[in-house]
Amino acid sequence: MSEPMTALGGAVYDGVVTVREAPATGMVLLRADLSDSAVQEAVRAVIGLSVPGQRGTAFAGSTGLLWLSPDEMIILGSHAESRARVAALDDALGSAHALVCDVSDARAVFTLEGRGLREILAKLAPVDMAPDRFAPGEVRRTRLAQVAAAFWLRDEASAQVICFRSVAQYVFDLLSDAADPANELRHFPR
Amino acid sequence: MSIRLSTGGRFLNRARPVRFSFNGQRLPGFLGDTLASALLANDQMMVGRSFKYHRARGVVASGSEEPNALVNLGSGNRHEPNQRATTTALFDGLEATSQNHWPSLEFDIGVVNNALMRFLPAGFYYKMFIHPRSFWKHIYEPFIRQSAGLGKAPAPEDQDPDTYEHFYSFVDVLVVGGGVAGLQAALSAAQSGVKVMVIEQSAHWGGRAPVDGGTIDGMDPDAWVEKTLNTLKSMPNVTVHTRLMGAGVYDHGYALAYERLSDHDPDKGGVRHRLWRIRAARIIAATGALERPLSFAGNDLPGVMLASAVRDYVVNYATAPGQSTVVVTNNDDAYRTAIVLKNAGLDVPAIIDARPEGGGALMEEARGLGIRIETGRGIARVRGLRRVVSVQLCEQDGDGAVLEDIPCDAVAMSGGWSPVVHLWSHCGGKLNWNEAGAFFAPDPDRAPTDQTGAPFVYCAGNANGAMDLKTVLQDAVEQSQNVIGSLGCESGDASVPSVAQTQEAPLLPVWLMPAQAPKALRSKAWLDYQNDVKVSDVQLAAQEGFESVEHTKRYTTLGMATDQGKLSNINGLATLSKALGEDIPAVGTTTFRPPYTPISMGAIAGEARGALFQPVRKTPLHDWHEAHGAVWEPVGQWRRPYCFRRDGESTQDAVNREITATRASLGLLDASTLGKIVVKGPDAGRFLDMMYTNMMSTLPVGKCRYGLMCSENGFLSDDGVVARIDDQTWLCHTTTGGADRIHAHMEEWLQTEWWEWKVWTANLTEQYAQIAVVGPQARTVLETLGGLDVSKEALPFMHWVDGTLGGLPVRVYRISFSGELSYEIATPASHGRALWDRLLEAGAAFDATPYGTEALHVMRAEKGFIMIGDETDGTVIPQDLGLHWAISKKKDDFLGKRAQQRTHMTDPDRWKLVGLETLDGSVLPDGAYAVAEGRNANGQRNTEGRVTSTYHSPTLGRGIAMGLVHRGPDRMGEVIRFARDDGETMIEARIVNPVFFDPDGEKQNV
Repeated sequence: MSEPMTALGGAVYDGVVTVREAPATGMVLLRADLSDSAVQEAVRAVIGLSVPGQRGTAFAGSTGLLWLSPDEMIILGSHAESRARVAALDDALGSAHALVCDVSDARAVFTLEGRGLREILAKLAPVDMAPDRFAPGEVRRTRLAQVAAAFWLRDEASAQVICFRSVAQYVFDLLSDAADPANELRHFPR
Repeated sequence: MSIRLSTGGRFLNRARPVRFSFNGQRLPGFLGDTLASALLANDQMMVGRSFKYHRARGVVASGSEEPNALVNLGSGNRHEPNQRATTTALFDGLEATSQNHWPSLEFDIGVVNNALMRFLPAGFYYKMFIHPRSFWKHIYEPFIRQSAGLGKAPAPEDQDPDTYEHFYSFVDVLVVGGGVAGLQAALSAAQSGVKVMVIEQSAHWGGRAPVDGGTIDGMDPDAWVEKTLNTLKSMPNVTVHTRLMGAGVYDHGYALAYERLSDHDPDKGGVRHRLWRIRAARIIAATGALERPLSFAGNDLPGVMLASAVRDYVVNYATAPGQSTVVVTNNDDAYRTAIVLKNAGLDVPAIIDARPEGGGALMEEARGLGIRIETGRGIARVRGLRRVVSVQLCEQDGDGAVLEDIPCDAVAMSGGWSPVVHLWSHCGGKLNWNEAGAFFAPDPDRAPTDQTGAPFVYCAGNANGAMDLKTVLQDAVEQSQNVIGSLGCESGDASVPSVAQTQEAPLLPVWLMPAQAPKALRSKAWLDYQNDVKVSDVQLAAQEGFESVEHTKRYTTLGMATDQGKLSNINGLATLSKALGEDIPAVGTTTFRPPYTPISMGAIAGEARGALFQPVRKTPLHDWHEAHGAVWEPVGQWRRPYCFRRDGESTQDAVNREITATRASLGLLDASTLGKIVVKGPDAGRFLDMMYTNMMSTLPVGKCRYGLMCSENGFLSDDGVVARIDDQTWLCHTTTGGADRIHAHMEEWLQTEWWEWKVWTANLTEQYAQIAVVGPQARTVLETLGGLDVSKEALPFMHWVDGTLGGLPVRVYRISFSGELSYEIATPASHGRALWDRLLEAGAAFDATPYGTEALHVMRAEKGFIMIGDETDGTVIPQDLGLHWAISKKKDDFLGKRAQQRTHMTDPDRWKLVGLETLDGSVLPDGAYAVAEGRNANGQRNTEGRVTSTYHSPTLGRGIAMGLVHRGPDRMGEVIRFARDDGETMIEARIVNPVFFDPDGEKQNV
């Protein structure tokens, strides 16, 4: 078994914020009616977290749930365990109508660290990044310039961004360009 | 001559002298100047030539409404045409050149003299260049292109070195305009706690009030502006921005604003322009008003300016456009200019007031300063060639008989003020005619409405038709309260500042000066300076039957230049309405469209340039390909290797080598880009039976089936291999370009038509790297890696199996698109490169040869396999391609079934797929048509077929092709003729079976 390779091998850019490609992250896609109690129970039993509400997230350590739509959720965790997690979820869901897939390798993950991250994202995503409108704990499924992406804040100085693996370089370049200190914009209170 | 005054200048920083150049001449100015004020300060009255007649033109205005003072700015890769000198901040080293002149600004050979001008009337182009039709392309158009046009486009090889970006912002209230109305409206709104963003297009707050005077809350306007601004800045719910112009208003409270960060200081670094993409619940347009010119003969001479602009240049820039300025007006406001000039020690020979009774208190003040006032009078014509020499006084209500010649070197004119209603109008706001002020103002009952039907744009102050300081501030508070109320918020402080101001007498609408001006004068009275439209042109259009203002605009080009008629619109349509004998409101206005003033292409592009112009999608093997000579082919946003060129090889050599090696031994293809959509659920089989033309529900677990997808209209849309994964799960492969489209197609049907069916889909395209291992040694190399039984018995053709190969998790599909023994191996993308490396290593003994898309295409064509996008073009049904075997006759329905039963679809005369072999073995040109006898009704050659795929086959050593031919399959063996690009040379080709190679499939069935 080879070590999993991320799209950019952990690329880093230091600017207004530090843009860093995260190590391989486990991601399981769940498509199911998230309001179905059988689905909620199965998720709780396997993951140990409750299904979050609209645009919500739930985290315990490196395990997390990202609400993507009323019938779509991402389960974050260790890359090595994602296949086992798919099997466990499939088991727990039993006859419930659901689709569980390992999508860990379909995506690239970036972290943004630094106080300017709200402005960086507001240059690329049509999202209200004001602190009173987008707080840690929420996730936005949106776009960065021309490609699909989702992001959430861990705290005021760190954010996670996910995009499709094939456009990892494009997204890294976008984020780096937006984080160029020459283009710093202070718009939100820090 | 125009001069710099020794004192004053609100905006000037006299401690910071700068130097700039105009047409190569080095000139001095100060920081704080605009290019226009600095040119005037250097007595550069003439700044350009007009568009059509090449007449000398000077600065008219002091802001973004300027029609004349357009210059080329910068040089080399920073060259930019059509920049308004009035909004260009001066900086050290600025380079400007004038436009539209040849050979020089002072002596222009293209200048149209009075005699010739008669031959360039309204609609000239339409009238002159209609016949003969054939002359248009080669004679008329090149001639017009040479003589017309403003400015020069940058050289095509020059790349703009500056950077640009977008910024998304969300506010409750966007206030556009930083004059006293905007500031007061922002203050009133902000006190309720809502999020307010105030944007001002210039570098200065306060708008006109500091120049025009009055007292607010006992303070000079300047002091009040500063105090109010400081209050706003201290509020956490307010942001304020200068150099940020409200460019456009769109549906759903969307607004675009254009920020110029470094135009005034190019060495500042960072982005040059930023496009703000704002979502606002409400927009307050406090965009002020624009002064109108008066229409008299010679009103386009350099030195004839708007009265407000003359005042601005004196007060803000300590620049006097003339030492002796005649003021001509139909209202009181222009008296302020005379008073400012006189108080600055400059001469005002006369104020010519078209009103028989003259004005009010301001007139008395001017009289008190000893200025001569002529009431009921007008200007018959302005004399001068490249600058003003004198004006000829006449009765306003006359035909222009000259009473007196008044020497002067500048004329300050005022025809009244028009509210800037552009932002109100962008999204559908309607206007009412205001009789007293002779202007169009917003009709609050017909406001632009948002998604709930509520008005979302409110105008305030001048923009709303409130024309004096007191009503401006009252209106600002009132509109702000309306906005807050409409948002359901508690209003805060609704108090209106107290105002002391001079009372003004009413204006008299004057659309032509003098009122009975004869044609000789009317044909020299300009309406639109930039497009050279005169009073006589609009009158001619009316005479020729143009009644609609929109038609007249296009016929005369009135208001169609880069200034969008900011100065000319109202005067033009008043002239039209008079000529038509209609009221102005009955004639109506033209439509204002975004942007308010031109914005840079760079700002629109934002970050999308260079490497970020478009996303490039890369497979997990992209880097390997790049390092091994990949010749890239764009496929959607992916880059796929077309072939891998080795040293000394041509692209064709490489393709031939890859095919030969694959057929002889072993080839490897990166197939990761193929779409992989998983479909699961109790109704998944039923769903796929609808999506595909053939039966998918009956596919046994562990097997694969090739399937076709059609649109509702029956046309072939996509194809690929479907694998049954388990009882409820299928994996659908799509074409590379089809992955996202087909996934969306599936979701659309599931969400909008069959929403009660229990089916989930997910696009797993990028989860897997997929590698095709192709050729006689394919099985051997997989056995070398080890871990899976891939024997003929364990893994027959069109089966798949999960397992490990060389320790890597894989799913192996035994499918073939080349006719060879072939496996497609999917592994999670993070292991893709490892699998590729191991295959290369294990395959080295068999000359493992990575191949690209062209080899893939040739090999599939040798086997007669169709390619979506080659054999299909959106008009082709599967039956045309001989794919009847893939169309189920058992199913009640599938998408496209009914359409394929239409008579046209079942017509035996359709063009159908066949193979084509040239008699001489050459390669048919791609897309070539087969020529039939005779000509059609349009005189074109009849055709009976076309080439859809054509290649040189190294396997067969000759050209092979597929094509759609009229009744093709019935004509096997027949020789037909294809035309080369010249339409004359013919190539003969024989109609043959499209399977050129190994028709019995012996190579893959091993």
